[in-house]
Amino acid sequence: MSSTVDTTARYLKTHEWARPDGELVVCGISDHAQQAMNDLVYVELPRVGDTLKAGDRFGAVESVKAASDVYMPVSGTITAINTALEKAPEIINKDPYGEGWMVKIKPDNPADLEKLMDATAYQELLKAEEN
Amino acid sequence: MLEPLIYELSSPGRAGVTMPESDVPRFDFPTDLLRDDLPLPEISQIDVTRHFTRLSRLNMAIDTTMYPLGSCTMKYNPRINEDVARMAGFAQVHPLQDPVTAQGALYLMYQLQEFLKEIAGFAGVSLQPAAGAQGEFTGILIMRAYHRERGDHKRIKMLIPDSAHGTNPASSAMAGLKVVELPSDPRGNVDLEALKANLDDTVCGLMITNPNTLGMFEEHIEEVVKAVHAAGGLVYGDGANMNALLGIAKPGKIGFDVMHYNLHKTFSTPHGGGGPGSGPVAVARHLVDFLPGPIVRPKPGSEKDAEGVPLYEWFTPPKSIGRMRAFWGNFGMLVRAYTYIRVHGEDGLRAVSQHAVLNANYVQARIKNVYPVPQGERHCMHEVIAQGKLAGAPDVRALDIAKRLMDYGFHPPTNYFPLIVPEALMIEPTETESKQTLDQFVDALLAIAEEARRSPELLKNAPHSAPLKRLDEVKAAKDLVLCCRVG
Repeated sequence: MSSTVDTTARYLKTHEWARPDGELVVCGISDHAQQAMNDLVYVELPRVGDTLKAGDRFGAVESVKAASDVYMPVSGTITAINTALEKAPEIINKDPYGEGWMVKIKPDNPADLEKLMDATAYQELLKAEEN
Repeated sequence: MLEPLIYELSSPGRAGVTMPESDVPRFDFPTDLLRDDLPLPEISQIDVTRHFTRLSRLNMAIDTTMYPLGSCTMKYNPRINEDVARMAGFAQVHPLQDPVTAQGALYLMYQLQEFLKEIAGFAGVSLQPAAGAQGEFTGILIMRAYHRERGDHKRIKMLIPDSAHGTNPASSAMAGLKVVELPSDPRGNVDLEALKANLDDTVCGLMITNPNTLGMFEEHIEEVVKAVHAAGGLVYGDGANMNALLGIAKPGKIGFDVMHYNLHKTFSTPHGGGGPGSGPVAVARHLVDFLPGPIVRPKPGSEKDAEGVPLYEWFTPPKSIGRMRAFWGNFGMLVRAYTYIRVHGEDGLRAVSQHAVLNANYVQARIKNVYPVPQGERHCMHEVIAQGKLAGAPDVRALDIAKRLMDYGFHPPTNYFPLIVPEALMIEPTETESKQTLDQFVDALLAIAEEARRSPELLKNAPHSAPLKRLDEVKAAKDLVLCCRVG
């Protein structure tokens, strides 16, 4: 199986993606992550207004086989959550980088995003994990 | 449906037995205690028999097929266990009767405590916990009580390798501890550097399974134990994989402080739907006073009988964490486990583990050129973790291979666990399978790998022979219906 990578996004080792969205950062899980999880059946999201640090757990995704925590790419405040996922978590399986976004964050420091892996580095990580 | 619900077979007024005329005066039950909202099925005896026999034939079970469910040790349950458990003195003993009149049952429990101490090298055992996860929870409460008793209240962290059973973090969280996950190293051991980096005076302990769920014996186990102890923490052993170690290695001697057994795995008591389980907890000397009661001991000062047997009594240790369960544990399982240990003896139990390890390595050797085995350069212990990733079959997943195995007459192995192995197929043959059966199983796996390349749709749509074909697991998880409303 091969997975796609959004070249405009930055990535965490734990397979979250994060992309600038105006003044905000939008975040979800990568195509590789949704493939590895298989069909998602439940998504746990934070509350709007929650203030979290980079690396903090902000939610979880659960499939028929496993559950996995999802982590903040940057420190900041949650300004929006994708409530459509609560009823239809399979949106993440279908469109992980688009309709399957999980949260929008107002970052404490917008430059923090640049510290994360870019798409090339993430692809190399996936290749290394494959082997 | 293949088989109607028993309620659908019901016909008003039909009965399985005809009750004789009552020979005592009729008593009219108070009407306010009567209920009319509990419809019980009304069926003849033969229809009941046929219904349940038909249902049993839809099942895959250890009595019908090899059941290589990794990390579950689905070994054969010898029938002598059932004979002994049905002896009137065990089956009809009442939990509330005077222990003086149930000395046979207490004797058996005492002997089993002693056997379990000896087998894993510990100083004390409680037979109370009802199953493995409750055993873990019990062990963690003991660790917590030990630290608190010393006035050390800052130990709130439990270190758990990423290969652990999910019950480990769950039990720790339930005991109010903070879970810290440790990565595994490339050889499948817990990563020593990561362990040491997390050791400080807030560590309650480490939970470790050895062999771990990658089927690997922890190569640095003595160093791991030493490091945790040096930081003031305790080492908890998850005994789920004890079937690899009987008569070969004693966790208590390696330095583990607490360990639970799964009698329903290692000691052949029924497992899964046939349970209940039983998860005795064994502890080192410094923790015996914290064990949950009641445990059995010879009554201090009691005289021995002509055969040298003392009187036994219930005993709750002085700093006990309390009861974990009503009455005396899952007693029927204790009888079966005791029987299994007595039938095998020391040499027999060692042979159990040797054969369990041999069988798993035989499977590993025969499949590893076709199914990737991440730790394939090492010998495995009692189970082998392969991957359902086949060269030339990019769309086929572990789940498809597992489902297709059913068409070959085998229960699928555990899949998608351990979580750190993508597309995991976790195969635990156990000691009770012959070489012929192992060969049939491996032949099936190899044939499926060929099918995966040539006609992957055969796998994608499998199982073809099962009564309900491929089940919709997503729907089952999302639209769970727990209650069938009748009428």
